[in-house]
Formats: sequence, C-alpha cells, structure tokens
Amino acid sequence: MKAFTRLQGLLAPMDRANVDTDLIIPKQFLKSIKRSGFGPNLFDELRYLDEGYPGQDNSQRPINPEFALNQERYQGAQILLARKNFGCGSSREHAPWALDDFGIRCVIAPSFADIFFNNCFKNGLLPVVLPEDVVDSLFQQMYDKEGYSIVVDLEAQKVISPDGSEYGFEVDSFRRHCLLNGLDDIGLTLQHSEDIKKFEQQRRASSPWLFQDL
Amino acid sequence: MSAKTLYDKLWDSHFVKERDDGSALIYIDRHVIHEVTSPQAFEGLRLAGRDLWRVNSVIATPDHNVPTTSAERSAGVAGIKDDVARIQVQTLDDNCADFGVREFKINDQRQGIVHVIGPESGACLPGMTIVCGDSHTSTNGALGALAHGIGTSEVEHVFASQCLVAKKMKNMLVKVDGELGPGVSPKDVVLAIIGKIGTAGGTGYAIEFGGQVFRDMSMEGRMTVCNMAIEGGARVGMVAVDQTTLDYVKGRPYAPTGEQWEMAEAQWRDLHSDADAHFDAVIEIDGASIEPQVSWGTSPEMVLPVSATVPNPSNENDPVKKEGIERALEYMGLNADQAITDIQLDRVFIGSCTNSRIEDMRAAAAVVKGRKKADNVKEAIVVPGSGLVKAQAEEEGLDKIFIEAGLEWREPGCSMCLAMNADKLGAGEHCASTSNRNFEGRQGYGGRTHLVGPEMAAAAAIAGHFIDVRELMQH
Repeated sequence: MKAFTRLQGLLAPMDRANVDTDLIIPKQFLKSIKRSGFGPNLFDELRYLDEGYPGQDNSQRPINPEFALNQERYQGAQILLARKNFGCGSSREHAPWALDDFGIRCVIAPSFADIFFNNCFKNGLLPVVLPEDVVDSLFQQMYDKEGYSIVVDLEAQKVISPDGSEYGFEVDSFRRHCLLNGLDDIGLTLQHSEDIKKFEQQRRASSPWLFQDL
Repeated sequence: MSAKTLYDKLWDSHFVKERDDGSALIYIDRHVIHEVTSPQAFEGLRLAGRDLWRVNSVIATPDHNVPTTSAERSAGVAGIKDDVARIQVQTLDDNCADFGVREFKINDQRQGIVHVIGPESGACLPGMTIVCGDSHTSTNGALGALAHGIGTSEVEHVFASQCLVAKKMKNMLVKVDGELGPGVSPKDVVLAIIGKIGTAGGTGYAIEFGGQVFRDMSMEGRMTVCNMAIEGGARVGMVAVDQTTLDYVKGRPYAPTGEQWEMAEAQWRDLHSDADAHFDAVIEIDGASIEPQVSWGTSPEMVLPVSATVPNPSNENDPVKKEGIERALEYMGLNADQAITDIQLDRVFIGSCTNSRIEDMRAAAAVVKGRKKADNVKEAIVVPGSGLVKAQAEEEGLDKIFIEAGLEWREPGCSMCLAMNADKLGAGEHCASTSNRNFEGRQGYGGRTHLVGPEMAAAAAIAGHFIDVRELMQH
C-alpha cells in the first residue's frame, strides 16, 4: 500500500451532502475483476452528459462543463472537499479505487459513512473529518481563490490552509501507523496467528457446528 | 458482571485479542462471497502466496449480475450475453474451484441473492459473526448474529486470517412497540425508521431492533428490517433470538442437529440484551402510527407516508437540506406539494435482498390476485431471491397469479435493485421498487426509484400510480 505522510495539493469541491457510492462509481463499472482503471469513470454520471459503459473510449464522450472536476481551475486536484455523510451506500471498494485512480489522495468532509471510511485506509487514501463550520469556510476560501492549495499533514494530524491557519483532525493510532508506513494489514494480523488458532480451538470445542463442512 | 446488550455479547464471544493501539481482532465464523467484490481479493491472495485460513467458513454464489430471464439463464454462465459480466461470474466459479470453496452456481436451485441463501441454507446461524463484501449483510442480523458488510481488502483479510481488525461500535436500540395496522409491512417499518433517524442517524452504531412489533414479526420480516440498517447509516442491525428464530433455523440444511442442536439452542437462548443493558442511543416509535411508506427523493431518508405530499423546499431553513430537496425534485421530475398518489409509474420491481423471500412473494401475490396490471406500467417484474424461493412460490401457484395479472416471473438474482444485469430503468422512468436504494442512477441511468414494500409495489402495478394498498384490501 502507498504511504500517506504529508500532502500539499489543490483542493476541489464535491459540494453536496450524502454523496453515495453509486455516484462515485456507477454499478456498470463494478464488473471489472481488477483494482485499477476506475479513474476515468469516477463520478461518471456527473462528469459526462451521456451514459457510460465499461470499455468505452471516454475521451470521445460529451463532458459536463458544469461539473467542478471538469473545470480548468480544478485540474490536477489531489484533495476533495465534500459535505456530510460522504460515501454512503454500498461497500464497494471500487469507490476509493476510483478516487485513487483519478488522483485524489485525501477527502475532507464533516462526516463519512462507515464502510467507505474504512475502505479508504486500506488504499492509502486519507479521509479527514473536520467540523462543519471549518468545512464551510474552506469551501468559501476555495471558491474565492483560484489555485487554492492546502497541506494535509497526517504525522501532525493537521490541515494547513494558505493563510497559515491550522485545523487539527484525529485518526486512530493503528490506521495512522499503517497509512504513514504503507503497511499491509494482513501481514500484521498474521503476526497474531497463534492467538487466532488458540481462539479457534476453544470455539471449535464450545460450538462445533460452526466448523462443519459446507 | 455488568449487563450486556446483544451486540456486546456477540462482540465479546468473538474477541480474539486487543492490540496495543486499542483496536481488536474479531473472529469471523461465516464469510459469504459473490462475484463482484471477491475477484480482487482472490487475486491478492495469489499475489501474496497465501491460502484461505479456513475454507469451510466460506460460501459463494453469483447474484449481482446474473441474468433473470429464463432464455438467457438456461445456458448457465456461457449464456450470459454481457461479456464483462460473464467473465466476472466465470471468475467466481474458477476461484471457488481453485480454493475449494462451496459455491451454489448459477443454475443450482440453491443459488440466489447472498443474503437470502445464507439464512435459507442454514449457512448463517444465530450467534455467528458473518461478513460479506456487500453492505446488506446486516440482513443476517435478524438471526441474532453480528453481520455486516466489508470492502474487498477486508474480504482478503478474512480469507487470509479469519479475522477482522475492528473497533467496537456504539449501541443503539430502535424500539417499536404496539401493533402494526393491517397492510403495513416490515418494509414500511424500516422506511419509517430511516425517515426518522436519517441516512446517517446510525453511523457508528450497531442497531438492535426491539419492541413488540419485532417480537411479533416473522423471520422474513426481521430480515427486511435488518437489511436496511445500512440505509440508516448503521453497518449492523440485529434482532434478539426467540422461539421464532429457533423455529426458523431448525431443520435448515446446514443447521446443527441432534446433540449439537441442543448445545446450540442453549447458547442461542442467551442472545438477547440483558434487561438493564445500557444503550448509547434509544429511538422509540409507535408501531400503530406507521402508515405504508413511499420514498419520493434520491436518498432513503426522503420517505413519506403514502397519504402525504412531496415536500416543498421553501419550507426548509437549512440551506444544504433545501438544496438537497430541490435537486431531488428535479432529478425525480416531481413538483413540490404534489400528492404521492399522483406519481405515475412506468415500471414495478418486486425483488432484491430486502424483499424477495417467500413471504414477500405471498404478500405481493395476494394484492394482484384476480386483478390486472395497469396499461401505463410497461413492465412489472417479480424476481425471487433464490431458486428455492422460486420453487416454493411455484408450488403455491404464486407464479401463475403474477403472470395472470400481467407481471413477469423471473429467475433469481439481484436484478433491478442495482441494475448490473439487463434489468434496468430507462432515463426518466418512475419505478415502484421493493429494493433498498433510491440513489440517482441506481436502477439505471436517469431512472427514478421509489422505495416501497411488496404490497405497495403490487398495488402500484395494478393502479399505475401509488395508492394506499389498504384501499385495495377492502375490496
């Protein structure tokens, strides 16, 4: 997994509440058996004016000029600024895969849906929770100033705006440790194999029906 | 010892160890997989040279993009016309064969929607921890199990270690007392709950559904309710074990028998919250006050009783909410203050992991029996949740009732709930759907979904617009 330590990047808006995973990556693209290649279809229904399908040449499709990520001033954005309950809906990890493939490394919002939030950390993507009034103010500053770029420092757990204002955020220590070092979760868990085996043996003795072959 | 909630008990009984950072390793008893969220996890195992920790904990079935017409279905995997979908279903078959996983394949009678076949086969049982790469895994919580959706990285993690790294959630009790009125279904109950708490109301919580209404409810009904916990923001929904649970489980193909049943029953009887257990949040609703529900907008919390009118954004003070209502009205092609019963329908979908069990089929059939689908409804499809539900319904003659009423009777799968297969809405079409999400484009590009229970969907198919099903029941 890619490590996330400190990122200075352009901010782009996703200015609506309850952005769901169907909006982030529509279902027709979930048929892929790969983890990559979802970027061109991130927010497909908002980015393009026609219906997308897997395998098509996206460069030939009509672009929605109203959509922020299509606008010149937000090209190359690595940080997405969003509203509350971002990532609600399905468990599809294709949502963080699509954001990552597009080039987004961090999403800032007042709140996230649980499964999406969790999935981000497995993919080197940092979801940052900031209070609603701070998010409001970042939206305002971003709209007011073209090229609005901020720093997200995971080590210090701070977002730093261009005027030097700092906004603290919290990430639980295990997730932070894994993200800072780009660590694979599975390898870490398997260090506890003996504990897992011991637990399993006890469970097999007390509830044998759980271990029958299917 | 302090009093525990059902969630506390399930958490404690699966707790392997706490790590230095305070997160926990939780043991997973059952892992259900399907074709969409598993291929990258199998690939990850191969790349790392890892094997499944415990192969008999995993059960598989293809559901999300299998076709539902008998013509396309008859040739099995090879008959799937969509190349990308066919490769995905074939990949599941190949992975299950390679790793030795039990799979109910496309035309096995036991195939169906993951969250239907789990309880139906007895692969999912009370007291288990159950995960699946699908957010509606909470359905299994109806059994008194700790069940929730996970992402693909976690699917791989459970494959390799039989554990999840987890943080304990908070406890929420949603208590619905009293009795439901006639014509009010479990779906109406859960939609009313989501309307009250909002789509993020349960975020960070495990919800236990308690109170008279759930004690009186069938297992199928409890599954409908737990299924939509996630639409209220909660990964986990649960109902305590009682005699209804035990009667449902006993005799299922993978349920314990004989002496092991006695052992299991003794353990399962303790799967309820202690009388003085502490909940971090309690929501109370009067069951008798719940009316049949219809969603009007593009989020499951945008739901109202059928007797209501569509909201007017000018009555909303919060600017983000106001804009949300305006956007939803525009997408849905509705006018502020329009009566719900004036919404005309183009399609009807009865199915999905929310409402495709035998009881849902019976409820819908009872409404359409002896009636005809309205002409303005182009298509009304009924998609049973599994091959076994289909067989049971056909034994009871329900398929004939649907067909005589002008509805289509299909092969089992997720179908139009998320429209990964050919079953989808056209742009601008309104659909009365028994599924669980009304997000923009969910059931097809530009499609307009209205979430309802099976009785209300059936009534809408007959009337061509929403009506209070209780009006039909009087005649």
